[in-house]
Amino acid sequence: MKRGERITNSILEGGLKLSALLAIFLIFLIFIFIFKEALPIFTNPGVRSEVDLRDLFASSVWQPVSDHPRFSLLPLFLGTLKLSLIAILFATPLALGAAIFTAEFAPRALKETIKPGIEILAGIPSVVMGAFALLTLASVLQGIFGWTMRLNAVNAGIALGLAIVPTIYSVADDALRAVPGSFREAAYALGSRRNQAIFRVIIPVALPGIFAGFMLGLGRAIGETMIVLLASGNAAILSLDPALSTRSFSATIAAELGEVVFGSTHYAVLFFIGALLFVITFIINLIANLVVERFKVRLAGVA
Amino acid sequence: MKKYWLLIPIFTLVTAGAALAGKAITIKGSDTMVILNQRWAENYMNNHPGAVVQVTGGGSGVGISALINGTTEICASSRTMKDSEQKKLRERWNTLGVGIPVAKDGVTLFLNASNPVSELSLEQLKNIYTRKVKNWRELGGSDSPIILYGRESSSGTYVFFKDTVLLGADFAPETQTMPGTAAIVNAVSKDPNGIGYGGVAYASGVKHLKIRKTAGAAAYDPTQENVKSGVYPLSRDLFFYLRKTPSGDTKKFIDWILSPAGQEIVTKVGYFPVK
Amino acid sequence: MKGWDKFFALASGLCVLVIFAFLFWIIFIIARNGAGTVSWEFFTAAPVEGMTEGGIFPAIYGTVFLVLVMTVFLMPFGVMAGIYLAEYAPQNSRLTQAIRLAVNNLAGVPSIVFGLFGVGFFIQYAGRGLDRTLGLETVFSQPCLLWAAATLAILNLPVVIKTSEEAIKAVPLEHREAAFALGATKLKMIVRVVLPQAFSGILTGAILSVSRGAGEVAPILFTGAAYYLPYIPKLPTDQFMELGYHIFVLSTQSPDVDKTQPLLYGTILVLLLLTLALNTFAIGLRVRMRRKYGR
Repeated sequence: MKRGERITNSILEGGLKLSALLAIFLIFLIFIFIFKEALPIFTNPGVRSEVDLRDLFASSVWQPVSDHPRFSLLPLFLGTLKLSLIAILFATPLALGAAIFTAEFAPRALKETIKPGIEILAGIPSVVMGAFALLTLASVLQGIFGWTMRLNAVNAGIALGLAIVPTIYSVADDALRAVPGSFREAAYALGSRRNQAIFRVIIPVALPGIFAGFMLGLGRAIGETMIVLLASGNAAILSLDPALSTRSFSATIAAELGEVVFGSTHYAVLFFIGALLFVITFIINLIANLVVERFKVRLAGVA
Repeated sequence: MKKYWLLIPIFTLVTAGAALAGKAITIKGSDTMVILNQRWAENYMNNHPGAVVQVTGGGSGVGISALINGTTEICASSRTMKDSEQKKLRERWNTLGVGIPVAKDGVTLFLNASNPVSELSLEQLKNIYTRKVKNWRELGGSDSPIILYGRESSSGTYVFFKDTVLLGADFAPETQTMPGTAAIVNAVSKDPNGIGYGGVAYASGVKHLKIRKTAGAAAYDPTQENVKSGVYPLSRDLFFYLRKTPSGDTKKFIDWILSPAGQEIVTKVGYFPVK
Repeated sequence: MKGWDKFFALASGLCVLVIFAFLFWIIFIIARNGAGTVSWEFFTAAPVEGMTEGGIFPAIYGTVFLVLVMTVFLMPFGVMAGIYLAEYAPQNSRLTQAIRLAVNNLAGVPSIVFGLFGVGFFIQYAGRGLDRTLGLETVFSQPCLLWAAATLAILNLPVVIKTSEEAIKAVPLEHREAAFALGATKLKMIVRVVLPQAFSGILTGAILSVSRGAGEVAPILFTGAAYYLPYIPKLPTDQFMELGYHIFVLSTQSPDVDKTQPLLYGTILVLLLLTLALNTFAIGLRVRMRRKYGR
């Protein structure tokens, strides 16, 4: 190999490594630049006179455009919590059930239809899901349950749940299929029935993977924006009642950033919410990813 | 990152070339007015070869700060300038700015078509949106809870309604805020107990409320006549703000906007002419 | 199968049924309400009369322009990172683990956070810096297609890195060894042997990210999407209309809800068909690839 070629090679290989490092770099960059815009809350005296950390976490009213603006994150936090809990409660049993069905019961041909079907569900853009919940689902749910508020946490939560079913399903399905066949055979050899094998052997072994799917779904539900913006009604009510209209962190940013003056208190608070969303979802994803890694290593050890 | 930054100078050259080609009139501001501004710009450019009018949105607040910072020539605003904003303008440019009403708009209240209530006073509206009145029975309707819909706090309509109807008081937290008038109309059309406000908009299943200024006064519909004459209590002007009295190309453009040709477009877009 | 076994088979099968019932319901509603609207004119005309009539051509055009620019940003970095992870990265080093963790975590960042990043970094920082350096007034320091595409590129980076890595790893070892035996350097082997074979896998990643890029609204809300433009964007520094954002606009901002409804469903149908077609194509490619390498 000529010297020139060697140098070109090492430059190109350096470029490959840099591209891979970009992922790490971006994570830091995202956090820094979102937090930077939120920084005036901590440093700027003018902004601090309108809002300080106590207001953000201790008071109870979100009223950002007012003679006395109040920026309490509490109703938004409760709203986000409510919505993602409903989504998770709706999606987890469905996705897990479907994963168990495809992994344990479905004949091969059926399996090959179910998986692409669920991938199609994953391909539905969230704005389409949101419009569906706003125009159709809300009326149907109100017809069934007779809620006074047509747009509410359950309506948005179910639409959110549908959006995260594919996430939970695919991770849970991977986890179930990763359980070595020898485990199953051992269970049958000991005289277990199929359901006993599933519930006493396969699910317990796959549990970390299932948990990771649950966490990834939760992370996505917390951050999902367009569905909530369109389908939840967006009223910042401090309540845990799922039949009331609900405002989330993500929808608040989407709805209010558009006309807010750059550099104002309201602008800084919206970026602070963004930073908070980033940190919360980062921790949830980190846990999920670490669990998946461990799970893979452990199974690789046994198999 | 290398390749990425290489692309930018290429785009830059092309863009800079385009930007330098003609001295453009720039309009920035209210999202309510973006469609209107762009229709004006489009028509004006078609009829006046060589003229360049650039339109961007971002909101009334954004437009006014751009006016103060000197990054736009015309600011489109769906509300009047605040004292604090005028102060900043004077500090920087030694002027109070020039506000020119270019169109009129009537903020409309929507009820479900099945609701027997058909007219309300401004004070009743205030009581409804501050949750002093919670049931339609108290307003002559059926015995059912009032469901509130409103615009997002970032919209000029929200600020106008808050100033004019709520007289500065805050909306009740139970108000469901929707990201646009159509979303409000849609919700009200499907909610027999709903009430919402926004720019003029239509849908089957929704009716427009007649508004009276005080308890004893006559009630008016948000029709073109009533908005133009100002008897409809929720009429508002849509403004162009400039730093100084317009001259040259800008004056020509604004004169054209106020001419019958320009005002015809106002009607097409769904607002009302100023004259 | 009997007793409890049968019960669990039925119960888990019911879960599948419920999911598919929702899926068909959504598709049915959209197809029924939108099918009447989709015509040649709908694809080729611009919205008129305050978006109560006309078509969605500018939104289709903007979407295509957007995903093209996104692909230009996205693919080089995504594929290069994929090559590094598959071919060079020492499998158990701390750094490799950190990169993998970062890629996985990047995939979980909420889309609205990417939107904020686009505003904070691209528009406020990079854009302002560029304008100042080049002495321009406001060209880069405002929402535009360039920044929206860059934001979407970051959002899709994990997808491309992962699919590229998977595709490259799937190329059989013998082929590489054959190349080495002929005296090729590692880099040459990758460019001449591995990449051509991994092409359909990498293409899968590109298609998946285009499909996702076409449907994501939250990241472009503040970085460049315009709700109505009387012209077609020519430069990456122009704002643009986009299908997903147009759906948001039609469902929230129209002055005449009844007249807009068919247009809304028509637009949803077009976007849905577009993403479905892209996804089906990607799934098909992946199935073919897996068969080819017997995995």
